[in-house]
Amino acid sequence: MSAISLFFVDVLQLGVVICLSPALVGWVRMLKCWSQGRTSAGLMQPYRDLSKLFAKNIMMAENTSWIFRSMPYIVFGVVVLIGGIVPILTIDLPMSPVADVIVIVALFAIARFFTALAGMDIGTAFGGMGSSREMMIAALAEPAMLMSIFTISLSAKSTSLSQIVHVIYSGQTVLKPSIIFALLAFIMITLAETGRIPVDNPSTHLELTMIHEAMILEYSGRHLALIEWASMMKLFIYSTIGIALFFPWGIAPVNSIPNLAAAFLFMVCKLAVISAGIVLIETGLAKMRLFRLTEYLGAAFLLATLGMLSYFILD
Amino acid sequence: MASVVILFSAVLVPVFLHRSQGVMIAVTFLIASVASLLGLIAGGMAVTARSTDKIVLALGLPDLPFHLRLDVLSGYFMVVIGLLSLYVSIYSLGYVKGYLGKRSVTSLVIFYCMFLAGMFMVVLADDALIFLISWEIMAISSYFLVIFENEVAENRKSAFLYLVIAHIGAIAILLSFGALAGLTSGTGDFQGYTFDAMRNAQHPLKWATVAFLLALFGFGAKAGIVPLHVWLPEAHPVAPSNVSALMSGVMLKTAIYGLIRVCFDLIKVFPWWWGGIILMIGLVSTIMGILYALMQNDLKRLLAYSSVKNIGIILIGIGLSMVFHSLDLPLLAALALAAGLYHTINHAMFKGLLFMGAGSVLHATGERNMEDMGGLIHQMPWTAAFFLVGCVSISALPPFNGFVSEWLTFQVFLLSPSIQSPLIKLLMPIGAAVLALAGALAAAAFVKVFGVVFLGHWRGTRKTAIHEANLPMKAGMGLAAISCLALGVMPSLFLGWIDAIPNRYVGAGIMSAAQSRDWLWLSPISSERASYSGAIVFIVILVVVVATYIILHVKPGMIYRGPIWDCGFEKINQRMQYNSTSFAMPIRTVFGYLFKIRENTRLARQTANPAFPVLLHYRLKIRDRIWEWMYQPIVQLSFWVSRQTGRLQRGRINTYLIYSFLSIIILLVFM
Repeated sequence: MSAISLFFVDVLQLGVVICLSPALVGWVRMLKCWSQGRTSAGLMQPYRDLSKLFAKNIMMAENTSWIFRSMPYIVFGVVVLIGGIVPILTIDLPMSPVADVIVIVALFAIARFFTALAGMDIGTAFGGMGSSREMMIAALAEPAMLMSIFTISLSAKSTSLSQIVHVIYSGQTVLKPSIIFALLAFIMITLAETGRIPVDNPSTHLELTMIHEAMILEYSGRHLALIEWASMMKLFIYSTIGIALFFPWGIAPVNSIPNLAAAFLFMVCKLAVISAGIVLIETGLAKMRLFRLTEYLGAAFLLATLGMLSYFILD
Repeated sequence: MASVVILFSAVLVPVFLHRSQGVMIAVTFLIASVASLLGLIAGGMAVTARSTDKIVLALGLPDLPFHLRLDVLSGYFMVVIGLLSLYVSIYSLGYVKGYLGKRSVTSLVIFYCMFLAGMFMVVLADDALIFLISWEIMAISSYFLVIFENEVAENRKSAFLYLVIAHIGAIAILLSFGALAGLTSGTGDFQGYTFDAMRNAQHPLKWATVAFLLALFGFGAKAGIVPLHVWLPEAHPVAPSNVSALMSGVMLKTAIYGLIRVCFDLIKVFPWWWGGIILMIGLVSTIMGILYALMQNDLKRLLAYSSVKNIGIILIGIGLSMVFHSLDLPLLAALALAAGLYHTINHAMFKGLLFMGAGSVLHATGERNMEDMGGLIHQMPWTAAFFLVGCVSISALPPFNGFVSEWLTFQVFLLSPSIQSPLIKLLMPIGAAVLALAGALAAAAFVKVFGVVFLGHWRGTRKTAIHEANLPMKAGMGLAAISCLALGVMPSLFLGWIDAIPNRYVGAGIMSAAQSRDWLWLSPISSERASYSGAIVFIVILVVVVATYIILHVKPGMIYRGPIWDCGFEKINQRMQYNSTSFAMPIRTVFGYLFKIRENTRLARQTANPAFPVLLHYRLKIRDRIWEWMYQPIVQLSFWVSRQTGRLQRGRINTYLIYSFLSIIILLVFM
């Protein structure tokens, strides 16, 4: 394929990530409403929220510095970059050699780093509390995430996401105990990293339990819109990384329009199923106390390490 | 080698100029920067040309001349030392002025130059004699630098601890060279003391192991590996900040240099468990170093503990390289060695930058305690920006330099399944897990540092006039920050440049693989395996940020500034912010069992209703368990021994006469 059409593929994928991520969040909310017997606001509600926020003026605390103002842009930029790297529709993605899975985890860490700094920048107890808790959770979640991904990459003999997908897609690995451990750890960590129940509650405000929301409490207007959009994309990307690592079937092996269209349909179906899973977990579980989280994240870390050990010993 | 001569002559300058201290600072530090630049160029040329130069000096003891040698390894470390000492010397031009009018800086200036000269000589030395002499020059001059602000008892105590551990380490190194040299030439001939003789000799495993363990102890004491790290968080904070930058940034690296020199160059053949030991030590240092760092409230002490962690990461690379080298896997050994060496220069850059930043903060506020800082980003925008670069680099976030070396180390871990030994197989996943955990904790530690020092409101009670750092200080920090970014976005160029070192010592290079495409891409082994492009990451993020900014500012909404939302209570004050202790509290709770923590809250004053206390006292004491497990017994033992020996000295002449009489009898009987 020519360079131009490869470029086009990447732009297409970015378009999908940027445009469809609010719909995914809308869909999760709809399912959640239905499962709790409420009437939902519809699939389009996140889009309406975003456009309203973009139109609003900004109210900013007196003491904040440029860190606070630049954070939404940095976070958005980082997440867009990741959206261009993860193989979502096709294996043959031109941007994919830019970063392997370790880099992707580190890129998410940049977003978290600046979010935490912005939380400290306001100079209130809430912001600092959010940052402190977020960094504690990250300190436990990030290694577990890496270990779970390492287990897969050991089987695939590569850390490049495209290559992993390629290996799994062509059926060179079968379901092994190490991969099951890794999958369990990955699910637990994804819930933590995207700030869902049982780790954090995305729909809570003004509670002492909030973590991510506490850091961005002082944001408003287009800044808040960018942060919200980035966190929607984050959920979308984590789900698609999970799909790519564990269930890549249906992705386009070669770039052609029918292949891409089929891959798109597969992706929509898989995301719909994953959302149902998230909703089941969120309705079934209560949010944990902060210091119970160490057990939860420690268990994920242990599972992932077990996965890697079992790869080294059994396979 | 000219640079060493210049540095020694720079020592003389203060002698003539000590009356006009301002001129002395300017002249000496300019000379020191030129000398560092020369060292940097000499080292750089040696690495580029892959050449080896030897000189035998006519100095030294009779029949034992000094040998100097500049090869790729020493050239590389000359570059590391030269680069950072260039930046720090520029920085010192401004920083040391802060002492003018407070105390005489003559000793600081003299020992600064000697310290630099000592470090250059350590890496140039090619025989045991001059190596130890340079090592001692380095140790003693840094001792005098640590004790520079000697009116505080705590400083003198820290410097003494430093001196003791440095000398125990030096003795171990001396014995290690003795074990190597004694076997090469026997006791009759003294030519075994040159590194050339050691290089060419066959070392029997038994003695080589003794030499290795002694060298590991000696160099480890200098590098600050756990459990020999206790001097580091004591000595680094009390030294002047430019000196702390050099001590943490490059002095620790001379120990890494010594370890590589002894293992890969002098001994050459070793069993795999040597590497295993270094790997284990590296892992323990990595995780313990960063956990200790997280608990600290003293800015410079935190940075010192974080050096322990980074030395750990370097040792992980070197240990892995030794394991693979002894198992005859040259490509992996080369990759691991390159990762370790890369982290060496990276750590020199960002730790130097962070200590310089800490120095600027100290200069401006007179505070080292983070609990009393906050909001400095408004008064010190430049320092804050440079310090942020340092924080991002040390937290291993792309596209800066710290990430690249950790990424390479992860790649080595993931390549290790090709080994058969089950013990190594068990060690590898644990190693990868520890490294991942340490990386995430480092990010937490440096969010804390930057957030508490530069963001929020001023937390202290004292109101001082805070000023931005002056021009030379900004220049020094700025250059280091640029180096951090450059090393992060152009890793392939750099790795290709140092490829001579793995080529020479482990017999394989990574250049062909690393440069398989072009400078933009870093893909060790093969591009299917893994690849990373720091430059593209940097550019794409920048482009998206700018594009978003422009799109959103076509028709911008207004930005209003208002007071912080206070939940309607109107009594919010700066004491309600999160500070260093409270930020670390969740992690302290999680990993608390590793420390000895004593925490208590006492009600100091109370009103009628116990629900509304007026004044609370909160005390928190965190101690290093290693101190009480390892050092406390040693201290007690040595006091006990000296008390017992003290009994011999009764102070009565007839007792002493009996002692001499008895010794004569014993000598007569047994000789």
